[in-house]
Amino acid sequence: MLSTETDILSAAEAWRRAGRGVALATVIETWGSAPRPVGSHLVVDGEGNFLGSVSGGCVEGAVITEGIEAIADGRARVVEFGVADETAWRVGLSCGGRIRVYVEPIT
Amino acid sequence: MQLDVLTRLNAERVARRAAILVTDLDGGAQRVVCEADIAADPLADLLARRLASGRSGIAEVEGRQLFLTVQAPPVRLVIVGAVHISQALGPMATALDLAVTVIDPRTAFATPERFPGIDLVGAWPDEALGAAVPVLDRYCAVAALTHDPKIDDPALAAALRAECFYIGALGSKKTHAARVARLAAAGFAPEAIGRIAAPIGLNIGAISPAEIAVSILAEIVAVLRAPRDRAAP
Repeated sequence: MLSTETDILSAAEAWRRAGRGVALATVIETWGSAPRPVGSHLVVDGEGNFLGSVSGGCVEGAVITEGIEAIADGRARVVEFGVADETAWRVGLSCGGRIRVYVEPIT
Repeated sequence: MQLDVLTRLNAERVARRAAILVTDLDGGAQRVVCEADIAADPLADLLARRLASGRSGIAEVEGRQLFLTVQAPPVRLVIVGAVHISQALGPMATALDLAVTVIDPRTAFATPERFPGIDLVGAWPDEALGAAVPVLDRYCAVAALTHDPKIDDPALAAALRAECFYIGALGSKKTHAARVARLAAAGFAPEAIGRIAAPIGLNIGAISPAEIAVSILAEIVAVLRAPRDRAAP
């Protein structure tokens, strides 16, 4: 079954209440052929378990890493992935789009 | 995000009330503005426009970058008529993440065997709505499929009053003309009646019940996702 934005925010709350470190990633801006619309969420815990999608798979790995770091340092951050970015090439946003993602720890 | 902010967002969604999360991307400050509180908010105009568009996005306010997460309640589909089309429509709509309810007072139609796993209410629409079925709202789609005015009309009237974002009714152009006359006689304005999609569904040449279900769902998605100015999901 596909996870909806509803499931993701509910899971974020449930995971946090269960004592897990949790970060929420939200697509805040897109350019070009970005696979997931603005407002899409991904929730990740300290172990890298995740639910939802911010890029249809392309840069999920990098976003999960950012989420784990946000859990560790307790700080929110904005990360950008796109064709002009070396990291983006490496993690493969091959569709040619660019996205900005807000990654924040649930505290 | 503070856990209490997240808890509030989730509570508003469960209560089927729209809300907007305002995040200051520079400092990280966040607050939740409920639909009922938008008018009194310092950002009232901006928030009202965002809610009407149904789209999350960035806004510049006094040199600060804000991200506005628009959270509309999950969309419900109320199907009136436990008919053959509904048997195909229910599971397909569920796959699209619509919360489906089927209402039909005719107990021969409204049987669990015919609708496994679907929320099924064997009652007249007037009895069901507000009781076994939560009251309709702007985040509901209503499909009237019985062909029987005694069952369809009260549901359509309730859907029009609740300003459901999608209202569709099965029936030929002739059937619909008679329906329009009845609703007009009941006091509904032509613009309101004009919101009813009839004949129901996109014209894709659908013949089988499953194909008709696809055409209905395609029409619901088209209305749901279309750019819009009026307040809707």
